[in-house]
Amino acid sequence: MSDAHSHATPTPTGFVPHNVAHHFKTWEQEFQAAKLGFWLFLATEVLLFGGLFAAYIYYHGAYPETFKVCGEMLSWKLGALNTSVLLLSSWTMAMGVRAAQLSKKTACFNWLIITVLCGGAFMVVKYFEYSAKIEHGTLPTAWFHPHGPEAEVLNALIANGGQPSMFFSIYFTMTGLHGVHVLGGMVVITWYAIGVARGRYHSGHYLPIDLVGLYWHIVDIIWIFLFPLLYLVP
Amino acid sequence: MTATAVNVPTPTAKHYLNISSGFWSWFGTLDHKRIGLMYLIGTTLAFLVGGLFALLIRTHLWEHTGMLFEPGTYNQVFTLHGVFMVFVFIIPAIPAALGNLALPGMLGAPDVALPRLNLVSFYLWMIGTVFIVVSLVWGAVDTGWTFYTPYSAQSATPVIAVGTGIFILGFSSIFTGLNFIVTTHKMRAPGMTWFRMPLFVWAIYATALLQVLATPVLGITLLLLVFERLYHIGIFLPEFGGDAVLFQHFFWFYSHPAVYIMILPAMGVISDVISVHARKPVFGYRMVAYSSLAIAIISFLVWGHHMFTSGQSEFALMAFSFLTFFVGIPSAIKVFNWVGTIWKGSIAMNAPMLYAMSFLIIFVIGGLTGIFLGALSLDIHLHDTYYVVAHFHYVMMGSTAVAFFAGVHHWWPKFTGKMYSEFWAKVAGTLIFIGFNATFLPQFVMGSQGMPRRYATYLEKWEGYHQASTIGAFVLAIGVGMMIVYFVHSLIAGEKAKANQWGAVTLEWDSPSPPPLYNFEKDPVVTREVYDYSVLTHKAESHRA
Repeated sequence: MSDAHSHATPTPTGFVPHNVAHHFKTWEQEFQAAKLGFWLFLATEVLLFGGLFAAYIYYHGAYPETFKVCGEMLSWKLGALNTSVLLLSSWTMAMGVRAAQLSKKTACFNWLIITVLCGGAFMVVKYFEYSAKIEHGTLPTAWFHPHGPEAEVLNALIANGGQPSMFFSIYFTMTGLHGVHVLGGMVVITWYAIGVARGRYHSGHYLPIDLVGLYWHIVDIIWIFLFPLLYLVP
Repeated sequence: MTATAVNVPTPTAKHYLNISSGFWSWFGTLDHKRIGLMYLIGTTLAFLVGGLFALLIRTHLWEHTGMLFEPGTYNQVFTLHGVFMVFVFIIPAIPAALGNLALPGMLGAPDVALPRLNLVSFYLWMIGTVFIVVSLVWGAVDTGWTFYTPYSAQSATPVIAVGTGIFILGFSSIFTGLNFIVTTHKMRAPGMTWFRMPLFVWAIYATALLQVLATPVLGITLLLLVFERLYHIGIFLPEFGGDAVLFQHFFWFYSHPAVYIMILPAMGVISDVISVHARKPVFGYRMVAYSSLAIAIISFLVWGHHMFTSGQSEFALMAFSFLTFFVGIPSAIKVFNWVGTIWKGSIAMNAPMLYAMSFLIIFVIGGLTGIFLGALSLDIHLHDTYYVVAHFHYVMMGSTAVAFFAGVHHWWPKFTGKMYSEFWAKVAGTLIFIGFNATFLPQFVMGSQGMPRRYATYLEKWEGYHQASTIGAFVLAIGVGMMIVYFVHSLIAGEKAKANQWGAVTLEWDSPSPPPLYNFEKDPVVTREVYDYSVLTHKAESHRA
């Protein structure tokens, strides 16, 4: 077997050609292999968060009153705002993938940048939410020392056998790990937006844009579960 | 498969080993065979390090008061033995080393589907191992390889460094598994249908499903443990309202499937080795293939049997006990079918076959004692005793490591192009079999009498058993040492191996030894069923001893 299989996919004028890797016979084989691999990677992401969801369910069952009271302390308005921002970014991401498939360089670049900006907006809102909690001392176990307006309610809760510090441990771990994924996605999408501007992705080779889009949607879906569980469920 | 006999390689033919040279031609390679060889060397070194710790443990236990260490140091030594053997050696050993070497060729593919990810996986393996080795600078971790909370959250030893190392090793394992799933789905040669795939491929595929679906849960568990130590999030700590048993659930949700990540590929090796050296198609091929998948699925549902004494509901106990018995069925299907394969076969007792026979005997003992431990009432007595230690060493060391040796002996001529001394291979194989059983049979007896595991000192009445066990461990070590010597000798001065050393009919033997860079001189097309030995020419027949 030789490099005879290496060949460029059809490339529109003005774009960089893409060579199919040596060990693939066809472009479709390469495309499908990468896509299957990426779906499996996304499955590992779901399972990674799955452990945290299991912990959430377990402690929600163990301390129902705590989760009700502390959940109400989170601002559902900020949570809903962030949900809308992420949903919007999923749409712009999908539009970016479509533009890449149609070899629309400028449109694709713009959609990807808007997606990154939405991610940024999400992180800014998260920053304000986190700072308020740091200020009021509503933090995971070792740093839990409530002294804001919530202090009275939380102390009463503890007196009744509640564990508010556990709620905030779970809140910070879950949203923190999710936030890291949002940041990572923003970096990678920016990287590919630059590649788009340089003409690397087009109708003959839009695979990486497709994959990073899938990743962004999974990050979005995880938030769709986090938002009601943490902010809305009594 | 087309006739490859026309492609007689000239003596100067370029193959994957001599096509390029230099440091980066190896550490920057995308060739699955080179990556497999590097994994083989790396995991073997890890096995030797882990084995050294095992010998220290066995020497210490020669006297009932303990010969070598303070109790704290003893905890560190057995933890390192476990961490090296489980995470650094045995999980990557068969899939990443032998799988990388043989699987693409078996499918008729020029490489794995994602060669770059394959190299990344090897780098992650090295980085994870470096974390564990570097942690020794701060004093070795002493929690046992299971890292149970609350102790692991309090221990003064470097749990974070080792936890991070294992987290990284987990990603290495995930990427290997992911690669093999994609390769099996997308890279099969024309005509290579699912039921023409060798059983080694089926086993690696089932293993890969476990690697991809179970390892992320270990990842989050270790991440939470690291957070627990850094930030005291309290999820696993009772004093903060957390639950230490939750850690055990999380840990075993990964680590029980991980047991099958260890044994399934071993079963795959045995299926292929037995078929080739008994010159018979595997009896009940489809059932053996399906049983690999069945084991993979059921293995996700039995983790609670590690926690029969940790406090679970009676319903959970009964369910886990039943499912544990249930997983015995597909395992037994395999054993009966291997025996059926050997029956009336044309058996050549080559070195790989000798190791495979050792596996059969040891695995039956290891598997059946597992059924004992799955019985709720009996487990209360046997939990955390040497009976458990002996049981899982029969499965991990006696079965998986011996099957790994069988596989290395089987594919060595193919991928190094050299033969080893069959005589010394048989001597070493016999020593390993005798040494292994001498080490662990006495432990079943001690365990059933109540000798607890992980104790640095013990009652005098067990000294005889412990000494027998120690002698066995050294016999085993001599066998392994011998193996290393004749393999190194084979590389330097070994006879040249034949293209089809054993008269096998799977595709990886259909090219010269060692194979060319992209495995085949001509794209293979598969036209016959798997393990169809009728196509062997009388020329291949003469290869048999």
